[in-house]
Amino acid sequence: MNRRVLLFIPFVIFVGLFFLFNWGMDQDPTKLELARKDQPVPAFVLPDLHDPSKTLNQEIFKGKVSLLNVWATWCPTCRAEHPYLVRIHETGQVQMVGLDYKDEREAALKWLNDLGNPYDISLSDQEGRFGLDLGVYGAPETYVIDKQGIVRYRHVGAVDDKVWKEILLPMVRKYQKEGV
Amino acid sequence: MRAVMYAACVLLFSSQVWAAIDAYEFKSEEDLKRYERLTYELRCPKCQNNNLRDSNAPIAKDLRREIHRMINEGKTDDEIILFMVERYGNFVLYRPPVNESTWIIWFGPAVALLLGVAGVWWVARRRSAAAGPGAAGDDLTEDEKQRLEALLGSGQASKETDK
Repeated sequence: MNRRVLLFIPFVIFVGLFFLFNWGMDQDPTKLELARKDQPVPAFVLPDLHDPSKTLNQEIFKGKVSLLNVWATWCPTCRAEHPYLVRIHETGQVQMVGLDYKDEREAALKWLNDLGNPYDISLSDQEGRFGLDLGVYGAPETYVIDKQGIVRYRHVGAVDDKVWKEILLPMVRKYQKEGV
Repeated sequence: MRAVMYAACVLLFSSQVWAAIDAYEFKSEEDLKRYERLTYELRCPKCQNNNLRDSNAPIAKDLRREIHRMINEGKTDDEIILFMVERYGNFVLYRPPVNESTWIIWFGPAVALLLGVAGVWWVARRRSAAAGPGAAGDDLTEDEKQRLEALLGSGQASKETDK
């Protein structure tokens, strides 16, 4: 073997680092791993947003695949994704659960009234305690929860056509096929 | 002028005191120290590089409230840290646990240093083998050795005549 071949070692390292850094540029460091992945939704007792005298608990997730959307009226991205959530709701393909997170009830009701209500069930978490148990670190977040109430996936940021068709819908279909 | 300079210094170097301040009461001095240590060591999930103590993010505020609550309930440090990791993963730990996925950050630098030292040692050894003292003299023929001695001897002689 010619010793000149060794002179290419720095070049090979350079090319390796180039691809490593290039890959690193595509990673989003603000995305957190989902600590609750494949674990049951934490137990909760929360008032219904529309009727605070009524309380709801984790049983709402049993028997149906759900999308749990964490939103608030103080969150601009939530407003941006809202029309899209309404459209997903219109397709009727999945149970939609809204978690109104650290928000004021009056403002939230007005929001749903003005912009349309994409949720089959609306939970009100004014203190943010359930959000904290779930691992919410910013709104909007959208969770896929299977028929047994197991947290399967979290999307952080706005839901749009691409996210719904390429990520959420295939996952919802997959878990809907599973037995109850 | 002095006042302006003074004001500039105060404005430019006061960022340290922007740390968030909550008024929390603790049962003992010991508990307060634990609170300070935990909020110093745990990272705010919303922030890229801020601990809970220094962050003003709403989530950091909630988590400080929870730590305060758990300390007053008598929870141990390990229980509080487990509470955080269950919800936000190892991201919140500035000192991540040693396991397969973190070996590279725990041992990577030491391995890189060892490889570097080994590389330098290897190169240095080869160089000294090629051009070390003694090595040069050994492959001279008898004739060359005599010439060398003659040259060295005449060098000394000429030095003496210079005096």
